[in-house]
Amino acid sequence: MSDTSFVRQEMLSEQPAPASSVGFLGWIKNNLFSTWFNSILTVIALGFVWYILAGVLPWTFLSVWNAGSLSECREIARQVWGESHGHACWAVINDRWIQLLFGFYPSHLYWRPILAFVLLGFALAPVLFPQSSRKLLILSGLYPFILPWLMWGGSIWSPIMALIGFVMGYLAIKNLSERIGQLGAIFSSIFAAFLWWLLIGPVFVDLLSANIPIALESVASRDFGGFVLALLIGIVAIVCSLPIGIILALGRQSDLIIVKAFSVAFIEFIRGVPLITLLFVASLLLNLFLPPGTEFDIILRVMIMVTLFSSAYMAEVIRGGLAALPKGQYEGADSLGLDYWQAQRLIIMPQALKVSIPGIVSTFIGLFKDTTLVSIIGLMDPLGLSQGIRANAEWNGIYWELFAFIALLFFVVCFSMSRYSMYLERKLQTDHR
Amino acid sequence: MSTLTDPRKESFSVSMLIYDTRYRSTTIQIFVLVLVLMVVFWLIRNTAQNLSDLGKPIEFGFLLEPSSYDINQRLLDYSSRDTHLRASLLGLLNTFVVAFLGCITALILGVLIGVARLSKNWLVARIMTVYVEMFRNVPVLLWIVLAMAIMIESLPTPKAFRGENATASMYFSDSVAITNRGIYIPEPLFSNSLGNLSFLGDSSVRFDISLDLMLIIAVLIAGFWTSSRINSWASKTQNETGIRPTVWYWRLSVVLLPLLVVLYYTGFHLGYPALKGFNFQGGTYLRNSLIALWLALSLYTAAFIAENVRAGILAISKGQSEAAASLGLRPGPTMNLVILPQALRVIIPPLISQFLNLTKNSSLAIAVGYMDITGTLGGITLNQTGRELEAILMMMLIYLSVSLTISALMNWYNNSVKLVER
Repeated sequence: MSDTSFVRQEMLSEQPAPASSVGFLGWIKNNLFSTWFNSILTVIALGFVWYILAGVLPWTFLSVWNAGSLSECREIARQVWGESHGHACWAVINDRWIQLLFGFYPSHLYWRPILAFVLLGFALAPVLFPQSSRKLLILSGLYPFILPWLMWGGSIWSPIMALIGFVMGYLAIKNLSERIGQLGAIFSSIFAAFLWWLLIGPVFVDLLSANIPIALESVASRDFGGFVLALLIGIVAIVCSLPIGIILALGRQSDLIIVKAFSVAFIEFIRGVPLITLLFVASLLLNLFLPPGTEFDIILRVMIMVTLFSSAYMAEVIRGGLAALPKGQYEGADSLGLDYWQAQRLIIMPQALKVSIPGIVSTFIGLFKDTTLVSIIGLMDPLGLSQGIRANAEWNGIYWELFAFIALLFFVVCFSMSRYSMYLERKLQTDHR
Repeated sequence: MSTLTDPRKESFSVSMLIYDTRYRSTTIQIFVLVLVLMVVFWLIRNTAQNLSDLGKPIEFGFLLEPSSYDINQRLLDYSSRDTHLRASLLGLLNTFVVAFLGCITALILGVLIGVARLSKNWLVARIMTVYVEMFRNVPVLLWIVLAMAIMIESLPTPKAFRGENATASMYFSDSVAITNRGIYIPEPLFSNSLGNLSFLGDSSVRFDISLDLMLIIAVLIAGFWTSSRINSWASKTQNETGIRPTVWYWRLSVVLLPLLVVLYYTGFHLGYPALKGFNFQGGTYLRNSLIALWLALSLYTAAFIAENVRAGILAISKGQSEAAASLGLRPGPTMNLVILPQALRVIIPPLISQFLNLTKNSSLAIAVGYMDITGTLGGITLNQTGRELEAILMMMLIYLSVSLTISALMNWYNNSVKLVER
């Protein structure tokens, strides 16, 4: 009996995994050919990728970089490769890239927008990356006054006086809140700032400009254009829409009925109409709403409308963040004896903003993309300029190259914003999962 | 006996309006109200002053004047002798057309792409990621203008279809012509037509309803209703006897047969586009601007919808699909019966706002010359009459009411499918 069965006494040594399930082959089998359906999909997808790349790569890289017009481009392509189609004519970008970037900004002043955007990098660094130097925060604070001065030029005294207005307001809050209470101090600081801006400041500006003329050459708004204009409108609207959005979101969440009603009405109205109608208001109506004879810059009007537009969306995003907080956080703040603003500043907002980072950044991206709409009301952003280039006799009939270049500009900015938001989300993640 | 004394009566002082929390909120609100009313009053006064300086009091009489411009893509009859009001109405209908078409295509594409992004097939998932990032990070206006440029520059002109050695040819046995002016497709025609019902006589908002179309719709509704009755009868039989009767041919025939009869008696046939003179005649004409706008808006919005769909599916916990697997469901039924019904609840609210965005983005039609409400009322009518304030105000109100209506409808739908919690 016992000799009919066989029981293995010693363990077999480990065998290597089958070659088809590890390494490169294994990866291919698992990810591309796991089932017959997946295999068909892979083959179709490979064919698709091949088709696209076979069209795009030769078009992009076997291309003409130096030519004066589209017909010349095609002539060169025909001479080199024997046929005229299927080769990009990057000569149009070579010819017009400066215009697409700067619009009609005077060419000897290109250093100013460039400097402005380099400084922007330094001003943003302490806000975006906590490991950078804290001293740069001073630059961040001063930047809102440097930017318009660099872009539009004019006397240095106007931005300085505007800055002093804010300083006055700050001093009023700091010194008076002990004596007449917080609310009173806020009102008096607003009063002091406006008193300075409207009555005292202009006198000083005139006086100082006459005696100590430090000024940059002025650039008119109609010369602004290209990607610089898109960036300018985008940055201003992004910076201004966040605080306005926070205030609107708090207003909508507030117990004060009238404040809440105004916030809801504003947000729903703005979100219910397309941006283009608001831009029409900026270009056609805003001057009607102001005292007769007020002339006020078209870019500034557009900035105001774009800011209002995105702050309504921002308010909804932040409201979502506020709603996501557990009620215990509010009650905890109350039980610590914090007042409303302290609770918002120290407990509610840091958490609500953290929750809503993805929404905030995608609003920023949407806003930056929407700056292209200004081409419809006649401002010369990259798309507006591209219409002009395409209507030009030399480049009539060109479109892929132009739009690919503009799309690339926007893609780089928007894509880096979305990657930054992912980085920030990961960094701020505090729950342990 | 002790005497009860009333608490000391507080005297009201002005400072309590600020320092007493009982009164402070009222003070702040009244202050805000006064401030806002002052600003509004200031704006209105400025506007009134400016308008009277310009000699343009607010009036809407311009809407009843002849528009004297043409609308090249339209649903209702219209000529340049019609009023601005009718032009605006046609513009509004055109907005609805492109928004409706765009929402449907964007939804279908978006769901497909969103599901494909989660595919186990690495290559397919990567391709879809590239698609989504490419469309999300480039302005929609650029896509619209690019689509229009491609239509105009790369498609053949109607002239190319002519003659012996034509360089372009029509598709689907000479029934569809794709030209740089637009696409011509066959149109439905009825040789024994029942005619039209005209409403509202001669006014600016008159419209016709085709009786043939109404009849077909009525027959279809009746057919589907009968079909669903047959289905429920089959289910009932299955519950009672355990054997499901084969009814699919019944269900198919109650829908198809009456429809075929109606189509035969009304003399249904297709009208094909044909090259006559400089252009195609006959058939339904979809202008290049409509196609470009439709294509660009749906491709762009599909990228966003794909992300919402993906997020919705990822939001369903893995335990759900594992439970479905342990019940013995295969991947297909798992998706249909377990994952999607739950994911839908997460997907619908952001989907609503994507549809609203698409509708609002359709106002970019003005960049390619499609005559939607922005192109008519906010474009040519505004420029011809010089009535900026009235035209823009009307346009805003129309968009506002459309947006609010869509979001109300969708919220109602959302509430009806929402999970009822304790």
